[in-house]
Amino acid sequence: MSNLLDLLVAGLATGAIYALVAVGFTLLWQTSQTINFAQGEFVMLPAFLMLAVMHVGAPFWLAIILGILLSLLLLGLGFKLLLVDPMLRHGVLPLAIATMALAIGMKEAVKQFFSAEASPFPSIVPAGDVSILGRVVSLQSLGVLALAIAVVIGLTALLNRTSIGHQMQATAQNPTVARIIGVPVERMILMTFLINAFLVALASLLITPIYLAKFSSGEVLGQAAFIAAIVGGFNQVRGAIAGGLLIGVVDNLAAAYVSTQYRAAVPLILLIVIILFRPQGLLGRPEERTV
Amino acid sequence: MTATGKYLRIALGIAVIAALIIVPMNFNRYGLYILSQWAVMTIAAMGLNLTLGYAGQVSLAQGAFVGIGAYAAAIMTAQGLPLVAALGVAIVLCFAIGWILGYPALRVQHHYLAFVTLAFSTLAFLVFRNEDWLTKGIYGISNIPRPNVMGFATNRPLPFYYFCLGSLALVSLAMWWLIRSPWGRAFVALRENPVRALSLGIDTRRYTLMAFAIGSALGGVAGTLYAPLTQYIDPVPFNLSLSLDLLMMVIVGGSGFFFGPFLGAMIAVLLPEWLRFTQGYYLMLYAVAVMLLLIYSPTGILGILDRYLTERRTKTASALRAVAKSRLETAP
Repeated sequence: MSNLLDLLVAGLATGAIYALVAVGFTLLWQTSQTINFAQGEFVMLPAFLMLAVMHVGAPFWLAIILGILLSLLLLGLGFKLLLVDPMLRHGVLPLAIATMALAIGMKEAVKQFFSAEASPFPSIVPAGDVSILGRVVSLQSLGVLALAIAVVIGLTALLNRTSIGHQMQATAQNPTVARIIGVPVERMILMTFLINAFLVALASLLITPIYLAKFSSGEVLGQAAFIAAIVGGFNQVRGAIAGGLLIGVVDNLAAAYVSTQYRAAVPLILLIVIILFRPQGLLGRPEERTV
Repeated sequence: MTATGKYLRIALGIAVIAALIIVPMNFNRYGLYILSQWAVMTIAAMGLNLTLGYAGQVSLAQGAFVGIGAYAAAIMTAQGLPLVAALGVAIVLCFAIGWILGYPALRVQHHYLAFVTLAFSTLAFLVFRNEDWLTKGIYGISNIPRPNVMGFATNRPLPFYYFCLGSLALVSLAMWWLIRSPWGRAFVALRENPVRALSLGIDTRRYTLMAFAIGSALGGVAGTLYAPLTQYIDPVPFNLSLSLDLLMMVIVGGSGFFFGPFLGAMIAVLLPEWLRFTQGYYLMLYAVAVMLLLIYSPTGILGILDRYLTERRTKTASALRAVAKSRLETAP
């Protein structure tokens, strides 16, 4: 029982990062029907951008700022203009395949231009432990959890409290009606791409110190985020957050109590069960069937 | 299609088949290996094309079925059983699993099905890796024998290539027959409009499951060829990326076109080899090529051809109409 708290905190910390990635994933799906199979690679890349800036000799804080700006440019604007816009009218499936190709291209580019080896990445949270309720908890987990929660709260506030957020939600629910009532739909869609780029850059910043910067690290992350998005509800931001936290905790508990070998299987079985019994996800609205 | 067009197509077909038989005769070992791999992957992609292109169901598990077939072949032939027996087991096993996996297809919409099959792929990979008693885990199974076909040993690369090519020919014929049978027509009806298909008296449940199961079984068939081709298998080749590659092959070649998988597998297997002179850049260039192709033609390579032919046909037709019209107008 003693290490249950540790497991929960560590699980919530990774879960909070999954949630950031999953939220971006559901936002893209809602506003532009984009299933981004490169979402995991989107998390992998910003860390390398930041490392590249640091290689030139810039301090860590400058690298973070430039890294986030570059992510907004490449993964937000570039992704939308160069890949999604020309492909959107072709439907969901070709676009999904194109993002798979994009994932291969990004992985290979990082491997070729940077390194095939894992690189260490500085942490923005100082190392060390703190004592809570008589238990020792790693400061890193707490810091990651706190930052991720702050971002999620900020994002929820943006979506629910501000007029831009309302316009984005209107776009997500029904672009045609949104356009009629005067919402600048195009700008809102671009906004979701930029938010997604910001979220993946942040997730990259938080997770890379734990798992090192590696060209192939996107695969596991992308899959965890997909599962989180589906488990929580494909069409709900709060669903994606809940799903992310749930997958993070389940993953950590499974590793400790079930078996390390089949650790990855537990979230997948959860996924299959949920799809079969509640296909709209735990918090999702059922989507109307269109004929 | 005019008579000359038909003869032209038959001549082209015979030329391609002859080239596939004659040209590789003086290929080296590696070239034959790549071509055999093309034949094997084409079979797997054809199965997926049935599921995706004809029945309209997205599956991300085809790589797992190739893995199941490969392990069935490796384990059984290592016990001294003939490859045909492994083939039978692989087909039955993959068909049954595909059928069961198809059930979610009836309950949920297409992108959810993609995720159910994605989960299955990863589960299958974990089983291959962790069940040491059966699959030898990460060490893999080596020395997988190549079969004797009607008394001929296929140990050497060239005979084994012919064995793969022959298998591809048999599968192609079976598929050609299947999509022209009432079943194939039902699959297409299902893809085009499920509700109308239902109203025409097609049992949508059964046909969706059937397309899924047959497609999966073909993945198993490809697997039973893959194991003796590489003569060594471990879990790594059958992870999720094989399923994604196969999906890419079907889409890039042209899903729903009979020859789509042939071209798609050619691009996916041969293009990276041809681009190898660019050294580390080859997969990057491959990815860019796939993206550009999809932006230009989301229906794949055969989609371009199809569009071109339709355009030309409409042009000819409208030219004929114009001529007929002008004759009518000048007639007294």
